[in-house]
Amino acid sequence: MAGESNGAGVFGSSIRRREDPELITGRAKYTDDLQLPNTAYCTILRSDYAHAKINGIDASEAEALDGVIAVYTASDIADSGVPGGIPVGWLLPDMVIPEHFMLAKDTTRYVGDGVAIVVAEDQYTAHDALELIYVDYDPRDGVADPKKATEDGAPLVHDEAPNNIAFDWEIGDKEMTDAAFANAAHVASLDIVNNRLIPNAMEPRAALADYNSITGELTLYMTTQNPHIHRLLISLASLGLPEHKIRVIAPEVGGGFGSKIHHYADEAIAAWASMQTGRPVKWTATRTETYLTDAHGRDHVTHAEMAMDADGKFTGLRVDTYAAMGAYLSTFAPAVPTYLYGTLMSGEYDLPAIYCHVYGVFTHTVPVDAYRGAGRPEATFVVERLVDEAARVSGIDPAEIRRRNFVAPDNFPFQTQVALAYDSGNYEGALDKALETIGYDDFRNEQAAAREQGKYLGIGLSTYIEACGLAPSAVVGSLGAQAGQWESAVVRVHATGKVTVYSGCSGHGQGHETTYAQIVASALGVPYEDIDVIEGDSGVMPHGWGTYGSRSAATGGSAIASAAEKVVDKARTIAAHLLEAAEEDLEFEDGNFFVKGSPDQAQSLPDVALQAYLAHNLPKGIEPALEATSFYDPENFVFPFGTHIAVVEVCANTGHVELQRYLAVDDVGNVINPMIVDGQVHGGIAQGVGQSLYETAVYDEGANLLSGTMLDYAVPKAHFLPSFETDRTVTPCPHNPLGVKGVGEAGTIASPAAVVNAVVDALSPFGVAHIDMPVTSEKVWNAINN
Amino acid sequence: MYPSKFDYHRPSSVQEAVQILSGNPDAKVLAGGHSLIPVMKLRLAAPAALVDIGRIGALQGISRSNGSLRIGACVTYHEIANSADVQAAAPALAEAAGQIGDRQVRYRGTIGGNLSHADPASDLPAAALALGATLHVTGPGGSRSVSASDFFVDLMMTALQPDEILTGVEVPVAQAGTGSAYAKWEHPASGYALCGAAAVVTRGAGGSCTGASLCFNGVSSTAVAATEVAAGLVGSDLSDAAIDSAVGNLSIPDATGDMFASAGYRQELAKVMGARALRTARDRA
Repeated sequence: MAGESNGAGVFGSSIRRREDPELITGRAKYTDDLQLPNTAYCTILRSDYAHAKINGIDASEAEALDGVIAVYTASDIADSGVPGGIPVGWLLPDMVIPEHFMLAKDTTRYVGDGVAIVVAEDQYTAHDALELIYVDYDPRDGVADPKKATEDGAPLVHDEAPNNIAFDWEIGDKEMTDAAFANAAHVASLDIVNNRLIPNAMEPRAALADYNSITGELTLYMTTQNPHIHRLLISLASLGLPEHKIRVIAPEVGGGFGSKIHHYADEAIAAWASMQTGRPVKWTATRTETYLTDAHGRDHVTHAEMAMDADGKFTGLRVDTYAAMGAYLSTFAPAVPTYLYGTLMSGEYDLPAIYCHVYGVFTHTVPVDAYRGAGRPEATFVVERLVDEAARVSGIDPAEIRRRNFVAPDNFPFQTQVALAYDSGNYEGALDKALETIGYDDFRNEQAAAREQGKYLGIGLSTYIEACGLAPSAVVGSLGAQAGQWESAVVRVHATGKVTVYSGCSGHGQGHETTYAQIVASALGVPYEDIDVIEGDSGVMPHGWGTYGSRSAATGGSAIASAAEKVVDKARTIAAHLLEAAEEDLEFEDGNFFVKGSPDQAQSLPDVALQAYLAHNLPKGIEPALEATSFYDPENFVFPFGTHIAVVEVCANTGHVELQRYLAVDDVGNVINPMIVDGQVHGGIAQGVGQSLYETAVYDEGANLLSGTMLDYAVPKAHFLPSFETDRTVTPCPHNPLGVKGVGEAGTIASPAAVVNAVVDALSPFGVAHIDMPVTSEKVWNAINN
Repeated sequence: MYPSKFDYHRPSSVQEAVQILSGNPDAKVLAGGHSLIPVMKLRLAAPAALVDIGRIGALQGISRSNGSLRIGACVTYHEIANSADVQAAAPALAEAAGQIGDRQVRYRGTIGGNLSHADPASDLPAAALALGATLHVTGPGGSRSVSASDFFVDLMMTALQPDEILTGVEVPVAQAGTGSAYAKWEHPASGYALCGAAAVVTRGAGGSCTGASLCFNGVSSTAVAATEVAAGLVGSDLSDAAIDSAVGNLSIPDATGDMFASAGYRQELAKVMGARALRTARDRA
């Protein structure tokens, strides 16, 4: 990597990911790869019924099987004296919070709900024993559809939640919005189902728990995006162990997309089983268990309307949503369809009146929680589909109607009607760039000519904004979060000038080891190769809140930049002392301190570090060593935005949708590593295209999961997708030290609307107004033929 | 993904394999393993023993003689797709094999395993049916031959007895004037055929159609022959219009559906895919 290592220029360059050689050669160690002596293996018996009373459990045959150490049920956990709870970490006013115990006590509430635990000498025996446990179920009716679940007479998931309503939430001004509709020249209206998704991280969840009864310490290796949150929740709610006696370690983690944020029962069960048996206990989900237990995403039923004046200027937006919570309230589930959804309803538009009402609804399904984008893809889909429908009913071109309604570049900061205050933006800039690259005007001609020949081309825009890097902590707390949203960093310069960086974020594919080193290389002016980054161990780094919500660059990166700045400040003081100069006379360039005009007499950062460690000649009042810790709490969210454009051809004979081009023009602020940003955008688009064309978790009327394996759940394959085109505009974040925003979710947030808008555009000769996702060939064929 | 316990046998001859099968009614034959092992890991199947026939030399190889092509049961999809003999003699079979799963699957999966498993959504059954393949089978009582049309009985059920092994597949070599093709509509989740069409057509000296066969995977509980379409083509000039007209009569009485494609939609797809396969076959004839 010669030529890539010079400190200052490293920020902004496409350095190859240093993580990859280990990952792609199989040297990296994931949780299930770890081996501890004398490990026992744990499996969990799961309910086959969406809803059933448990009359009794007979585990005697399983217990008698050679190699089985123990079989446990909920009563064993309760009798052991641990709290046994799986808590919700985001509270809304008047929310119904049902008990969620580590295993089902007397009722199962979704297919996959844990019923019993087997601990055995090996994996095979642990799985054999599951087949020898006999549960006497009394099956009851279940309900999976979030709207139907609220109807009178629907089966109740929890008796304490009438009509299955967990919470009834609203944002905006209903009266003002109703008035806007009363005076509207045009109204666009859509009924939208935002399809339920299954996360499909490549690595299934896993835990290896090692409880030491002598010291009382629990070491828990697990697939987590946020080791400190898991430590906190396991300590407080599940096992009651003192927080300082728990060490949660995230080895390599193979993707998460949100599914490894949440605190599930399974990892706590492995830890509890280790406490019971006095042995290390490993649990690894099968792919089937992944489908049956990892929190699903989306699952909204929405009615949305846009009011316009005669010129197509938006005057009001009204949204009514039923959002599935699943059987229990997962860790951050209540935030997803509320503060991560309703607050984004202004989109990129100067909307004078908005009202959004949301029912959070219990259903007999796997709990629903944050999945890549978390609320913002749902909001963006509502807004951007509705904008296209508004264009359709008003007869205004979709690009033009957006232009007429954008928040103007000189109108920032912009206070929306739904709480968020956008700090910066240049929406027309991104739109113009995208339209030019795609050749929008030419396309319309080409489209018209193609239609003459029975070829149906379509183009779809998604001019999106998103809010990520939730902050500041006080605001997030006032909205119900039982967590802070600041981030920690330690920058430790060793005596030789080499550097170790610790972050409270916890990467699982994002490339933090590379990008964080780039930040520090630029800040300290030391070679990139001399910097290592360590994350994912609650026993090593200060408390942090982990990696999700596109927060790791904006919040975690800013913490690192702040810590690096503190290091430079201290080094400057020492360098000034060594150079016998005043601090204010020193320049700091490429890692060297020198008096202005005398670069030959420099003290390099490694020189200073050595002196800081020797401590033979330090200025008065300066402590030895050279490191700094920062706890960075941002002033505001960050607001990435951009324009995505999809071009499709629809085959009228079969309904097949061919995605021909996909262009993303994103504004994620300053870019640390363009290649990694492109990679994030590519992956996000692929997942968003997956939602729009292929993926859907299907439950039948009785709440049985029909799409329970990859034979039925269509994760997009590489050959389904075109080579994406990416470009950027740069509007730096005005309030963080790096000027960076988030990029991890932009693709999943923007792309579903772009793709569906393109399909609906292609079908405009057939008068099609909307098709629900996933837009399968059959749905398109039906839209054409019916 | 941990299967139940099973015994493992690795015979070195077909005879030995048949003997083991005869003595183990709950045994299953293991070839490439790409259908059997997943269902064992899901514990949907729990055979008491596996009889691994992968090392039996007699089940390997592709040979051509007397106007037919003989393909050993353990020949992989990859070998079939890339065999110049198969490409020339039975292009529909090479095309079908080349579209199964992904590269890894094609390097392991075998024609014998595929046809014996008789998954209606797999790609080879329709090709074997359309090409008029003959399946050679050996059991304790000796060997016998079964035509493809008699082999596929129902969903994952074949004419094979539990103690019989499919040893090879014989396909007639396409004569001058005969062309074949396979067109596949991939299931977005599984990659199996949501609708796969295998077509064979023969043109007489004057150019008109003297014989035709059109068979489908993925639309029914077994591979099915659309005999009414074939009958409608014979005597026609095989023009696009003639093909469209013949395919318009297609009807699959027991069409199956799932959440991606209902039975009714699959029928419509079958018309499109059938016409595609027929046109390509015609162009090769």
